[in-house]
Amino acid sequence: MNGLGVPRWCYVPALLGGLFVAVPLLAILVQLDWTALPSLLFSESSLTALWLSLRTTVVATVICVVLGVPMALVLARTQFPGQSLARALVLLPLVVPPVVAGLALLYTFGRRGLLGGTLSVVGIDIAFTTTAVILAQAFVALPFLVISLDGALRTAGARYEGVAATLGARPGTVMFRVTLPMMLPALASGTVLAFARALGEFGATLTFAGSLAGTTRTLPLEIYLQREVDPQAAVALSVLLIVVAVVVIGVSRRWVRAA
Amino acid sequence: MVRWLLALCLLCLGATGCSATEQQTLTVFAGSSLQEPFEALAERLETANPGVEVRFHFAGSATLVEQLRQGARADVLAAADEATMARAAEEDLLTATPHVFATNSLVIAVAPGNPRGIRGFSDLTRDDLKVVVCAPIVPCGAATARVEQRAGVGLRPASEELSVTDVLTKVDTGQADAGVVYVSDLGRAEGRVAGVPIPAAVNATNAYPIATTSESPLAASFVALVEGSVGAEVLQRSGFGSPAPGGQDR
Repeated sequence: MNGLGVPRWCYVPALLGGLFVAVPLLAILVQLDWTALPSLLFSESSLTALWLSLRTTVVATVICVVLGVPMALVLARTQFPGQSLARALVLLPLVVPPVVAGLALLYTFGRRGLLGGTLSVVGIDIAFTTTAVILAQAFVALPFLVISLDGALRTAGARYEGVAATLGARPGTVMFRVTLPMMLPALASGTVLAFARALGEFGATLTFAGSLAGTTRTLPLEIYLQREVDPQAAVALSVLLIVVAVVVIGVSRRWVRAA
Repeated sequence: MVRWLLALCLLCLGATGCSATEQQTLTVFAGSSLQEPFEALAERLETANPGVEVRFHFAGSATLVEQLRQGARADVLAAADEATMARAAEEDLLTATPHVFATNSLVIAVAPGNPRGIRGFSDLTRDDLKVVVCAPIVPCGAATARVEQRAGVGLRPASEELSVTDVLTKVDTGQADAGVVYVSDLGRAEGRVAGVPIPAAVNATNAYPIATTSESPLAASFVALVEGSVGAEVLQRSGFGSPAPGGQDR
């Protein structure tokens, strides 16, 4: 063990914290009925829910990256009045209980919401559609990406960008050739966090999008529903969710290290 | 930071200090639909017995039984259907024989004034309506499926929600045009949703059983209060029906 610069007492709370996270997850595995696992996992309803979850989560994550990277750049690299307020606002979905986030989305995009009337005039009705699921996931996941990238950008400072600019690089070139390559690890971890949060999204989806197999019932909703009648099935599906998350995190780690 | 921590400690002390005094606490696990009438009844019990505090845990009945099975402590269990209560009895969680104290049937929840002109259950198949129901595996969804069967109507819902509260939210916020909920739920959303009745001939009725889950004398007196005339009156005001002597409807 290479404990350079870490006070020895740190190991005790670090170990406790590690156990605090790991033991409940192990408890799930202990609860699991391994012989029944295949039939529970490969039932039609679980596969439908898993496929829906993967599709929606990928799209929501892409939305988070497309909107979140510019948001982080603007927050970290520019100065404008009300900046700290803007930064706080962006973080709000982290604080608000997901059910309330779902209500907020209802009041915005719902049929009687702020924008709902306008949207339905142009023929868009997102009530109870897969689009509503994606909106809910992107809404709760976006802050994770912005916060990771904003923090990293501010820590790194703008010296390299400054140098590039004095050498004649235009802002777009600086962003793609200097800032983003430097920010790749932070961008990757922010993206993974956003993906994981979107994958586990439950409350906002339930409140805003509803729950219909194949359309809006994602894996977390299916887990909650199964738990009513069959806790074992819920446990098996949770393991599936955990496996998906672990695979995604592992793959992205490797990908960043290679890059 | 230090001041904040101190405040937190004081709060903790305060909380434990409260429970350390000579107060009797009764813990009641009850199905979510019972919240309104049970809180009213608890208030009466607390007024009649100073020093008694009734604590509630309202959730889906299956959740309650699962929590009891995992060792949660409660004095009374009131479930929203007999099948769930039977599971609690099987697991040896009860200290008395359960009795049915109320019934609940279904109703169509619509926006106030019924702007979409929904006249009955068969209207719910209209293509221009967004209808939400409970998923068939939760009790309210099972009851809805029974009504569909009896009425010979097959619904194509926009969403199969996980609880009756979720159905109510969708109608309440205008996201859905109609939802199938319990009659007692209309009282909870008074003024925000209206009800279109489902005729008794095709309606499904849930029986609500109650039983003690501890030997506490307070538990028995709460059950007696619920089963007595005061309980019947409060439950009726919340939209519940009185238990039919013929037993449960299937």
